[in-house]
Amino acid sequence: MAGTELTSAEYIKHHLTNLTFGYHPETGWGMAHSAQEAAAMGFNAIHLDSIGWSVGLIALFAFYFRRAAQQATAGIPGVLQNGVEMIIDFVNESVRGSFSGKNDLVAPLALTIFCWVFLMNLMDLVPVDLLPWLFSLMGVHYMKVVPSTDPNITFALALGVFMLILFYSIKIKGVGGFVGELTGIPFQTDNLLLKPFFMLVNLVLEGVNLIAKPISLSLRLFGNMYAGEMIFILIALMYSGGWLIGIFGGALQFVWAVFHILVVTLQAFIFMTLTIVYLDMAHADHH
Amino acid sequence: MNINLTLIAQLIAFAVFVWFTLRFIWPPLINAMNERKAKIADGLAAAEQGQQAQAQAQKEAESVLQQARVQAAEIKSNAEKEATQIVDQARAKGRAEAERQLTAAQAEIVQETNKAREGLRAKVAELVVAGAEKILQKEINAQAHRTILNRVAQQI
Repeated sequence: MAGTELTSAEYIKHHLTNLTFGYHPETGWGMAHSAQEAAAMGFNAIHLDSIGWSVGLIALFAFYFRRAAQQATAGIPGVLQNGVEMIIDFVNESVRGSFSGKNDLVAPLALTIFCWVFLMNLMDLVPVDLLPWLFSLMGVHYMKVVPSTDPNITFALALGVFMLILFYSIKIKGVGGFVGELTGIPFQTDNLLLKPFFMLVNLVLEGVNLIAKPISLSLRLFGNMYAGEMIFILIALMYSGGWLIGIFGGALQFVWAVFHILVVTLQAFIFMTLTIVYLDMAHADHH
Repeated sequence: MNINLTLIAQLIAFAVFVWFTLRFIWPPLINAMNERKAKIADGLAAAEQGQQAQAQAQKEAESVLQQARVQAAEIKSNAEKEATQIVDQARAKGRAEAERQLTAAQAEIVQETNKAREGLRAKVAELVVAGAEKILQKEINAQAHRTILNRVAQQI
């Protein structure tokens, strides 16, 4: 579907542009008609495709899991319940393996994150041009179907986890305990003159440590999925290069898709596991 | 690649769906799974118990059977003993009866013999008297010669 009137650069750029609705300084609220317009909107804009697919996918999860939950029986489970229980059991085992505290939120949180990230990543396996083409038939010209290639989405997830980390750190350890944890280690001294200096150094070190958690969470996922998506786009470019290169591109796409099955699952698993581990650290009382 | 309101929207969605999972999805499913786990554990325990009970019952049955066998053997030997006893008793009784009848018969024979002997004696006395009468041509008074007659009869 690399249109003949598009150059390769335009094709790629088109694929990387979100369907944006926002406030343009010149034209006011409305849809962005180009990447430049979208960029000009700044913060006052929303990526309808990212948020739409993201919420749609998690709603799908919620619908099926809620149905399974409503029909849940301790007797012989049906097909849906069986599948759902497999995932629940997997998440539950992960939580029990990594989380030592007592918090009823962690397991459902881990389940939500795992399924959500998995489903969003899974959109990467849909041929890159299929959904944008379908939407272009309906008059929608920009469509990025993989929400996890949008940093807004991954940062939001990581930020949500980060807020929970801060909340539980303060709730379990108290403000003093949390501040003590940030300033009291790794350097310790009894010298009153050195103490403020050490505390400052500790705060910088531990602050970086703390901030690194959500950044690494979101950037890892975003980077992996963005790169994967980019390679799918590049492979798709080969389809406009004639029969021979097209067939070679088809083979490449297949290989990359198979490899991506691993990436999709692995990234979801990593995001979930790190969330559990970070929250476990937030619950751990060192003092 | 712009950071914009999408972030806020996704953050809200995150909160909503985590809450939804926490409230409506996780508890019923995990409860059902735990309940089933408990059920299976109970079932296994019950099966174990049943097996033990069965083994116990079998042992009991065997002991009862053994007891019955012993009892039966005892009864049999008792019966046999009793039977031989009865046979012995009957035999002894029969022997005694036979002896008794024999002695009775012997006594009767003696009695009959004696009776016959008495009769013969009487007859002999009569014949003697009759013969003597014929010889003497005279009536002999039986009363008067009783002593003699009796002595004669006694000698026969």
